[in-house]
Amino acid sequence: MKAKHQRLTLGIIALIAIIGAGLLAMSALKDQAAYFYSPSDAKKAGVPTGQAIRLGGMVTGGSIVHEPDGVTIRFVVHDNSESVPVRFKGIVPDLFKENSGVVAEGSFAADGTFVADNILAKHDERYMPPQLEGEMHKTGKVE
Amino acid sequence: MKRTILWVPLALFGLFFGIVAYGLINPADRTIESKMIGKPLPQFALPAAYDGRPALASADFGKGEPRLLNVFASWCLPCIAEAPVLEGMAKQGVPIDAIAIRDKPEDVAAFLRRNGNPYQRIGSDVKSSVQLAMGSSGVPETFVIDGKGVIRYQHVGDIRPEHVPTILEELRKAR
Amino acid sequence: MIAEAGLAALWLAFALAALQLALGVIGLWGRDTLLQAVRPVAAVQGLLTVTAFALLIWLFLRSDMSVALVAANSHSAKPWLYKFAGTWGNHEGSMLLWVTILALAGALVALFERRLNERTLMATLAAQAFIGLGFYAFLLFASNPFARLIPAAQEGQGLNPLLQDPGLAFHPPTLYFGYVGISIAFSFAVGALVTRDVGPDFARAMRPWVLISWVFLTLGITAGSYWAYYELGWGGWWFWDPVENASLMPWLAATALLHSVTVLATRDGLRAWTVMLAVVAFSMSMVGTFLVRSGILTSVHAFAVDPTRGSFILALLVIYIGGALALYALRVGTVREGSQFDLVSREGALVANNLLLSAILGVVLVGTLYPLAAEAVSGDKLSVGPPYFNTAAGPIALLLVTMMAAGPLLRWRRDDAKALLHRIAGPILISAVALLALVVLAPGTGIFPLLGLMLAGGVAAASVAPLWKRNLRRTPLFTWGMVIAHFGIAVCLAGMACESAFTKETLVAARVGETQSVGPFTVRLDSVEPVAGPNWTALEATLTARRGDGKTFILKPQARMFPSPPTETSEAAIATRLDGQLYTVLGKEDTQGRWQLRLWWKPWVTLIWLGGGLIALGGLLSLIGRARRERKAYDRKAYA
Repeated sequence: MKAKHQRLTLGIIALIAIIGAGLLAMSALKDQAAYFYSPSDAKKAGVPTGQAIRLGGMVTGGSIVHEPDGVTIRFVVHDNSESVPVRFKGIVPDLFKENSGVVAEGSFAADGTFVADNILAKHDERYMPPQLEGEMHKTGKVE
Repeated sequence: MKRTILWVPLALFGLFFGIVAYGLINPADRTIESKMIGKPLPQFALPAAYDGRPALASADFGKGEPRLLNVFASWCLPCIAEAPVLEGMAKQGVPIDAIAIRDKPEDVAAFLRRNGNPYQRIGSDVKSSVQLAMGSSGVPETFVIDGKGVIRYQHVGDIRPEHVPTILEELRKAR
Repeated sequence: MIAEAGLAALWLAFALAALQLALGVIGLWGRDTLLQAVRPVAAVQGLLTVTAFALLIWLFLRSDMSVALVAANSHSAKPWLYKFAGTWGNHEGSMLLWVTILALAGALVALFERRLNERTLMATLAAQAFIGLGFYAFLLFASNPFARLIPAAQEGQGLNPLLQDPGLAFHPPTLYFGYVGISIAFSFAVGALVTRDVGPDFARAMRPWVLISWVFLTLGITAGSYWAYYELGWGGWWFWDPVENASLMPWLAATALLHSVTVLATRDGLRAWTVMLAVVAFSMSMVGTFLVRSGILTSVHAFAVDPTRGSFILALLVIYIGGALALYALRVGTVREGSQFDLVSREGALVANNLLLSAILGVVLVGTLYPLAAEAVSGDKLSVGPPYFNTAAGPIALLLVTMMAAGPLLRWRRDDAKALLHRIAGPILISAVALLALVVLAPGTGIFPLLGLMLAGGVAAASVAPLWKRNLRRTPLFTWGMVIAHFGIAVCLAGMACESAFTKETLVAARVGETQSVGPFTVRLDSVEPVAGPNWTALEATLTARRGDGKTFILKPQARMFPSPPTETSEAAIATRLDGQLYTVLGKEDTQGRWQLRLWWKPWVTLIWLGGGLIALGGLLSLIGRARRERKAYDRKAYA
């Protein structure tokens, strides 16, 4: 193969690969990026059922209800104007409590309940010594 | 054409730089402001955090003079940093009370022995319940309570010398 | 005094780095005699940083609370191992460790590199000194590890309990060795660009550093993944967390570089591309450091982040990467074209490997930065999680692994597609058998795990195929290295596929005495009792587990509470069997006195980390094999 010819071929292949990867990344981002909503935003925007989002707000006082199975809880997340009922099955983080901030990852079910796959409780020792940043990333789930 | 292509990586890097520089300059606002500002202090009566200072109740506020309410903990680093600043304000005659969060009496005593004690009363909030009721989500935080017992101002984070004038001004306005 | 001595050593090293840079630059300008001085300067600089780091370790071991860093991160009651590890379990200490390794590596290059053309070597050492200068400045001006605390603290603030773990204690240094090795490769690339001397000698000089850093990165990522798996109690082994991505991206770039540098060393091809990859690999390790240290992506600790540090690293990033890319654009056009090759050839396969790795790298980078970009452009707050990374990177990774099966079976320069088909028939057959077996024995397996397992079978077979009909005792060590590393990839892939396809989970609220079942196991909750450790208290469950009718064994998962700072963690209890792991987590007590239990049976999950270990071992063998051959070649040259 001639030198110029080879560079061209390689260049074209590289270009196709890059464009392909770019398209793949863009389409995946469009479908899979989880947007952050407060209860009012979610009500206003009308999030489609099943779309993965993050819902953030305060856990309403007295709203936490434990289901008889012992592992499912229900509670209400509010932001002073709107509120959304949430259902979660699993072990809640230690900092999850009423009247405190929470971020729930999941999607809306058909009945308007937000089904959370993951609960991130607001970290209230936020004055972690700054030196711990980085190594502390694993507490990412305890936001 | 070929020459131009060679500059593409640098251009991409420039794009990256733009994005992160924006992120650095505009850090997302993560302070959680209390929803309680402008409202009366919630009702509470906390036991004394250690035997060196009397206990603290909501009834201690609202007696005509504005007071500072500092939320701290012996295990919190920035609380050490702000201790001298609080001390200085106390020396100027600012009445300061405190709530110690999830603490033990001996730890509080040791903390105050080491870092100074600007407080008149200290309540112990073992479960953070009063802290949450006040709309405070971390330590240290400091509230200005006016002479009628209404929360007027919230300072999130350690008080540095440059914050003192603002706080004194808020205290004056709360009179 | 110790702290002051440490600081003095750092300042001296800083001055020497400046001297090294000056000597190198003036030397390249024409005064060749100056070049002789560069080597000893680099060596002394390495010695000084090691001294500074050793002094910091000493301060931590003595629990000297008059040093701010020790007071903030240590505690006199801590076990000595964690006092020791606490040295680098924080920002300042870890940056000091970084420059120590950097200076040490520079010293090693100065003392032992003999093959490379003298001028290129000097340019390399000057580039190395330039990188060093930036990090010394960062340490001395923005994060001094030896700063005193006045008055001294009576007791330290403790190390975060999550970090009190032997695995994590050695995790950051491992990654740093990886990052620094890449920085050496970067310096070589800059040196070669400066002297326009991009050729096989340059590739051979750079290759051991790429290999070393790649081995360390592989180990670091593997260990980090296992740490996240057993310490966090979520049962997952990879979360696509920005910080995990920060370690994955340099690895991807280093893997590509490792392969392209081989083409350059053996066949003198891919010159410009290899230089580019060296720059990209170093950029990725800097970007990783930046993302982690500046905290702009991880909202958790962003509150405690000091923006000056982020800006400082960003400035370094702009100087080094921007500078190198500009140099690249200016110089690489004048680098001579390398030798040619056919598309169907070993080189062709390696180019494909490079393109696919770069594509994955791009996908991960885009996903990691997208939340930031979206907020900057439209103000939307969003997060990009596993669904994105799995759908976007997964298919490319599977394609890459497929290519990996064929690559080593191809000849250099030119090969015949038909001959390749003949050679790869065996592995293809094995893949087909694996697919058939899965469809029959485990119907309903998802498409990705199915493809993964099928490919794992074929790749495992194809990776050992280069040894076919060879005299195994005469096979060079680096060929063994390649075979083992590729086999490791197949093992790892099999582990991932099994984990995602066959994991069984049970989540219940159990009373004491009740028995649950998960997969082939039955697990009885015997008791939950408080226990205490050196600096924590915990609730500990005693579980009696049993597989079928086999022998019973005990598992003790804990929910731990640390008083200083107040934190709770859950310690999973894991039973490892030959064919997988039983993973148990204790949750909370409910109002009726039941305990939440989360049980997983994860068949073959251990293959993931075993594969990672094999990959690193392959890299190590390759390194030793190459070093031996280089030495022989050098000796021959010296005697001739």
